[in-house]
Amino acid sequence: MQSPPRQPQTLAQKLIARASGRAHVAPGEIVNCRVDLAMFHDSSGPRRLKPMLEELGARIWDKERVVLVMDHYVPERDDDSRRIVRIARDWAREQQLPHVYDSIGICHVVLPQKGHLRPGMFCVGGDSHSPTGGAFGAYMFGIGATEMLGVVVTGEIWVRVPLTLRMWWDGRLAAGVSAKDMVLHLTGRFGMNGGDYQAVEFCGPGVQALAMQERMTLSNMSAEMGAQAGLVAPDAVTREWLLAAGVPPEAIEIERWHTDEGVDDSVARTFRFDAAALAPQVAAPHSPANARAVGEFGATPVQVAYIGACTGAKLEDLRAAAAVLRGGRVAAGVRLMVAPASLQDQQAAEAEGVLGTLRAAGAELLPTSCGACAGYGGSIPDGATVIATTARNFKGRMGSASAEVYLASPYTVAASALRGRISDPREVLA
Amino acid sequence: MTAGDSHRVWRFGADIDTDQLAPGAYMKLGIEGIAPHCLEGVRPEFAPKVQAGDVLAAGPNFGIGSSREQAAAALVQLGVRAVIAPSFSGLFFRNAFNLGLLLLTCREAEVLREGERVALDLQAMQVVAGDGRRLACDPIPAFLLEMVAAGGLMNQLRRRLQTNP
Repeated sequence: MQSPPRQPQTLAQKLIARASGRAHVAPGEIVNCRVDLAMFHDSSGPRRLKPMLEELGARIWDKERVVLVMDHYVPERDDDSRRIVRIARDWAREQQLPHVYDSIGICHVVLPQKGHLRPGMFCVGGDSHSPTGGAFGAYMFGIGATEMLGVVVTGEIWVRVPLTLRMWWDGRLAAGVSAKDMVLHLTGRFGMNGGDYQAVEFCGPGVQALAMQERMTLSNMSAEMGAQAGLVAPDAVTREWLLAAGVPPEAIEIERWHTDEGVDDSVARTFRFDAAALAPQVAAPHSPANARAVGEFGATPVQVAYIGACTGAKLEDLRAAAAVLRGGRVAAGVRLMVAPASLQDQQAAEAEGVLGTLRAAGAELLPTSCGACAGYGGSIPDGATVIATTARNFKGRMGSASAEVYLASPYTVAASALRGRISDPREVLA
Repeated sequence: MTAGDSHRVWRFGADIDTDQLAPGAYMKLGIEGIAPHCLEGVRPEFAPKVQAGDVLAAGPNFGIGSSREQAAAALVQLGVRAVIAPSFSGLFFRNAFNLGLLLLTCREAEVLREGERVALDLQAMQVVAGDGRRLACDPIPAFLLEMVAAGGLMNQLRRRLQTNP
């Protein structure tokens, strides 16, 4: 059999072609894919899946490929959350699920830390920030509970092959500027739905220079751009990180998973940015697309500074906050809350003195869960002006309809806590 | 459904997000507990007054935000027949069809007025406005229209498992 000449393909096309068992797929085509991994949490998972599975009399297609993370309603704070978490725990036991992570961190951060993600995979998650997995060169996207039921029963899902929007970053970020600023800038530029449910690919020297968890922040907030997936081609940084997470070397394939040279403009559009020229970004209430340079916010006073979420409380984020707060103390009248994204990150931050720095600056340490980000664990007071490292500042999302939430990087949130007003971290670090 | 059935229009603006459709504070409840709070932040009278068969006409980016399918399920629970908007969040789009809620991507959705009665012509993929004007909608893949007709993915899976257990 003769194989046709290889057509240049995007990373997204290659990942979907592999999952659909085809040599090539074209944007716009609808194909059925075999799912390598399905992840869900206590809110989107068992409490919805269990009754539907029972009603169908169906079974999980492959328990090895299922990961359950308890992160939304933990620690339990009332009868409802106790009931929801109990359903998840009982079901995990009953089903003898092999991969369950209970109260050790947020799903998107725990999943790769436990070695479940690797380049080339096709994955779904029961959470909208599932594109985070794209940072590892996996095609991963969020789905709702009923669609998850379909995956859990059949092991398959349909997808429309996306176009790719390539975000090419030249240069290196300045001190005090981070991946969060890059992705806030992109969300401001393209809007909340500018990704049009296509694939975004972050590339160029400015992206290659980023640490793994910084790349995760880019992919994470592809959700805010309305993209289906947010990909980064894997490289030596990816390999090192995955090896450290315990992934066997033979399972880490790097070379194949990139966008080919000469890919057609009709399949991938490239937008160019200069990382070196980027200023810290802040998104004003009530949309992540309201992002502008920090200097445009004058001296907006803040009462709450929140460093949390899969978007903004990973080890790299905690280090960034500590770099700004080292030797300082939060301004009078400001409450600084830190909810590390995972227990592993919290322990690493403790070991390297990062948590000590944050505590000495006056930070309150909260549990390693989703917490206030989605208004599930309300600690944001009514009427407060909040600056947060989270991904979304929709009106009311953090639990109070009268709170004004600004989004920024961990550097900027820390600098603002220190001064009691929205502040440029480069001034503090200088 | 024929083009003859008419539906009352509720008008909404742009960027209606999932946290408005299914507010986080009620997410621990079942859908019957969430639906009465659907869109209460923008139009508190909506959930108590919407009637079975009504439709929503909104601005761009309807359904942006979370993967919580309760955002679509709340509209189904309230009896909403369809949402008509110039664009939808891709994730919300999947969830809606999975739950049997019809979404019509219609560039001119915002010409529809509050309280007007419209018909949906799915053969022609058009919304027929109160004045008889026909607004074109993007084509929808046949398998998704079948999913809506079946009342959602769950019903389809039920049938599939009955045929091949």
